[in-house]
Amino acid sequence: MIGGALRRLSQSLLVVWLMTLVVFVGLNAIGNPMDILVGEDLNQAERLQAIAHLGLDKPLWEQYVIFLKGAVHGNLGQSFVYHEDAMRLILQRLPATFELAFSALCLAVLIGVPLGLFAGMYPEHPLSRLMMAGSIVGFSLPAFWVALMMILLFSITLGWLPASGRGATRELFGVQWSWLTLDGLQHLLLPALNLALFKISLVLRLTRAGVREVLPQEFVKFARAKGLSPLRVMTMHVLRNTMISVVTVLAMELGSTIAYAVVTESIFSWPGAGKLILDSINTLDRPVVVAYLMVVVVIFVVLTLVVDGLYYLLDPRVRIEAGR
Amino acid sequence: MSAVLTNRISVESPWRRVLVEFLASPSAVTGLLVLLAVILVALLAPWIVVQNPYDLMQLNVLDARLPPGSANLDSGYTYWLGTDGQGRDLVSAIIYGLRISLWVGFGSALIAALIGTLLGLLSAYVGGWVDALLMRLVDLLLSFPVILMALMILAWLGKGVGNVMLTLVLLEWAYYARTARGQALTESRREYVDAARGQGIGAWRIVIGHILPNCLPPLIVIGALQIARAITLEATLSFLGLGVPVTEPSLGLLIANGLQYMLSNEYWISLFPGLALLITIVAINLVGDRLRDVLNPRLQR
Repeated sequence: MIGGALRRLSQSLLVVWLMTLVVFVGLNAIGNPMDILVGEDLNQAERLQAIAHLGLDKPLWEQYVIFLKGAVHGNLGQSFVYHEDAMRLILQRLPATFELAFSALCLAVLIGVPLGLFAGMYPEHPLSRLMMAGSIVGFSLPAFWVALMMILLFSITLGWLPASGRGATRELFGVQWSWLTLDGLQHLLLPALNLALFKISLVLRLTRAGVREVLPQEFVKFARAKGLSPLRVMTMHVLRNTMISVVTVLAMELGSTIAYAVVTESIFSWPGAGKLILDSINTLDRPVVVAYLMVVVVIFVVLTLVVDGLYYLLDPRVRIEAGR
Repeated sequence: MSAVLTNRISVESPWRRVLVEFLASPSAVTGLLVLLAVILVALLAPWIVVQNPYDLMQLNVLDARLPPGSANLDSGYTYWLGTDGQGRDLVSAIIYGLRISLWVGFGSALIAALIGTLLGLLSAYVGGWVDALLMRLVDLLLSFPVILMALMILAWLGKGVGNVMLTLVLLEWAYYARTARGQALTESRREYVDAARGQGIGAWRIVIGHILPNCLPPLIVIGALQIARAITLEATLSFLGLGVPVTEPSLGLLIANGLQYMLSNEYWISLFPGLALLITIVAINLVGDRLRDVLNPRLQR
């Protein structure tokens, strides 16, 4: 078991290292950042000095070694635009992104699971058919366009909810959060719902499939025969057995939710890491782009490890496979 | 008599059965008809539209941001879906946008399918370190969110229709490669492959002529769903300003252009291109969903 865990861990480290290589080499191929950062009015000497200052005069492999050394210490260089530590910039913005992503996942569970339960229990019910059709639309909808339509409907036409920013925030553990104030919650609702849309369809379908699989099994019949109330059978027996797949899938989806927050954040002007990266791509702010990609890759790899671990703990079959 | 009948049933081509079963679903048929209509409109665009939306000579700035149903005072035709910020007829702009969206979606899916399938077959056939290397690469590609990889690749390549297609191909081939490899490995253990080998048929002829046709059903299903994904992703990237250039606006870019006017309630510039996008994607997904049900061997009796 320890051998397997170590192998998994070293694979993950290899992935992270490969990504540093890909990210670094890839981004060094984009246009010369000097053209954008430094005005045309600089003379040749000043130009060279600036290049030397940013470390852009060294050969690529040397830049990479410097980059890698820094990365190990959590230092991914200075932002060309903000003249601040790129890593710190990302970390400052990350809580807002996490807040958005977590809220989206919570919404997905709160809406998707009850709907999926219903659709699984009464598959022939017209409402269930409607939900299944709706989930196809949910998968098909381009999220960015739905976001615009949400703004159009709820902010412009009805005037119920604000369309941009985080609203009032309150500090907790040294970080500002929107969900602690009413104004912040109002600002959070639309972007979170937008980001959750795809996940709601996913959770609905997963729950429905799980319920359909569990319902005909012996232990459910047995629980019913024992005279347990339908609600108890549903929550204690059916729901519990479907939740394993929902939880693991959602844990894996957290990474992609953070990545897709790029789109949502840019539309709702949510000041998270996603909006920062988009701006940085447009201004060729290479260190920030690299830092963002590395942070998300690490988050992603860690999440995958955690999910694998969870699977191992929750599903005896995986344990038997690994033991062999 | 009955012997003749059973005989006739057994020689009926499997593709015919697929077609019959596919047509049994009204929603899938609707999806297919809508999709064909959309493709036809996009192909015939130059002969359908009332104005070439990218010929600046044909645009009248005085007609900018007219609501749906307004009339063009010069030539008398009606802007059924209104006009955009440059006085462009939205119907024409959407039809031209569809052309680009469909071209990028179908084109990239086709190229990715070709490359992915070949690499998958190669991986299954050669085995050893080639197989290991290719499949680790596939794992790596598939384990990261598509949008993240797309941002990375486009930050590197820059804008352009060709670059967006290249990005989509780089991201999509892995799906086909994994499926083709898995399917080919299963098929290669079947008796008919042994029989072909016994006849002394060359290895590549067996792979292409015998194994590949049997790998096609799952690949077609993936292809259908990947086209929809590709179109959505292209629209998203173009919306973010990382996709197609302004000279070749796809639906995503049209939607982005309407964004600035939405706050003053000129909703139609973003609404209608989005609806066109939605209809296209839902139609493809309906077809893809049905194909998956029909072609999935596990669901067949």
